[in-house]
Amino acid sequence: MQIKDEIDKQEKSGEPAGTVFEPKIVAFCCHYCAYAAADLAGSMRIQYPANVRIIRTPCTGRLEVGYFLKAFENGADGVLVAGCLEGGCHFQEGNLLAKKRVNYTRKLLEEIGVEEDRLRMVNVSAAEARPLADNIIDMVKTIRKLGPNPLKG
Amino acid sequence: MIVAQRKIIPEILEKLKYHKKILVLGCGTCVTVCLAGGEREVCIIASALRMASKLHGYSLDIEELTIERQCDNIFIEMAAEATERNDAVLSLGCGAGVQAVAERYPYKPVYAGLDTAFIGILEERGVWTEKCIACGECVLSDYGGICPVARCAKRLLNGPCGGSKEDRCEVSPDRECAWQLIYRRLKDIGQLDRLKNIAVPKSWNKSRDGGYRVIIRDDHRI
Repeated sequence: MQIKDEIDKQEKSGEPAGTVFEPKIVAFCCHYCAYAAADLAGSMRIQYPANVRIIRTPCTGRLEVGYFLKAFENGADGVLVAGCLEGGCHFQEGNLLAKKRVNYTRKLLEEIGVEEDRLRMVNVSAAEARPLADNIIDMVKTIRKLGPNPLKG
Repeated sequence: MIVAQRKIIPEILEKLKYHKKILVLGCGTCVTVCLAGGEREVCIIASALRMASKLHGYSLDIEELTIERQCDNIFIEMAAEATERNDAVLSLGCGAGVQAVAERYPYKPVYAGLDTAFIGILEERGVWTEKCIACGECVLSDYGGICPVARCAKRLLNGPCGGSKEDRCEVSPDRECAWQLIYRRLKDIGQLDRLKNIAVPKSWNKSRDGGYRVIIRDDHRI
């Protein structure tokens, strides 16, 4: 609980209890890296916020622009795409494709009127439980700053 | 194939603001290949419009459908019911597709979701280039299969202008000089002597200066 407490302490400082916005974040995690890292985080007892809903994908290159949009359309406050380190994709270049699609979707989100920072791609290896947890914590902070998905209003 | 690209969401939204129920109609032919108006793009644009309209205070009710070809009545027919139950159609076809759909459904507003750009080819992943302007009288045989009409910025038929630098066009350094390509190609196929022929000024009668063109094949008509 140490990390969760840390965030809570930071975010809740000066605010009455129960007013902090708890975002729902969809995390598309690659089977070969981020998903394994999340698994490892469990084995290592590393805590990360429960705001993420992890969806395992065979490769981040499998993800399409429509998937990200659908997540937002259905009420996700943020979408995190977690793929292998660049150069380390199990399928050679899937994560590089995902990076391009994420960037394209970020521009599209701006056109739509949704903050582009609600969508982010990170790269972690299967051994990087701690960096994954840190990335999730950072994402939660970002989305808390942005507030709830404007489509829910 | 015909190459197009999508319009930006605010522009599309502005056009659709008087309607509530929209059919986003994709085309499974050229614009699917150039990643502008196929099934995947229909899904993306429909999602984007649903979200953008909601943020603007009204919610578009959007139906998604992709037909095999929008420039052909046999296929347009398959969108009849979906068109009927919506207020308007946002066509993700090329210019020909949009007009074919509009002609087929005379009382239904049809809007263009794409900017149709040119006749071209997929050069490499994600890159399309123009190869033909449909001038109506093909000169490719005289130039080794490289079109000076479409690919030379000045449409010169008798050699390069004085502005090209090495193999680059003076209009833009990221464009190849078509005449450099023609020279190389004719050399490779042993037809450099073709360049000794002086081309007479091109007749544009068969181009679109006399309005839209019609081709009639009597042998195929009943």
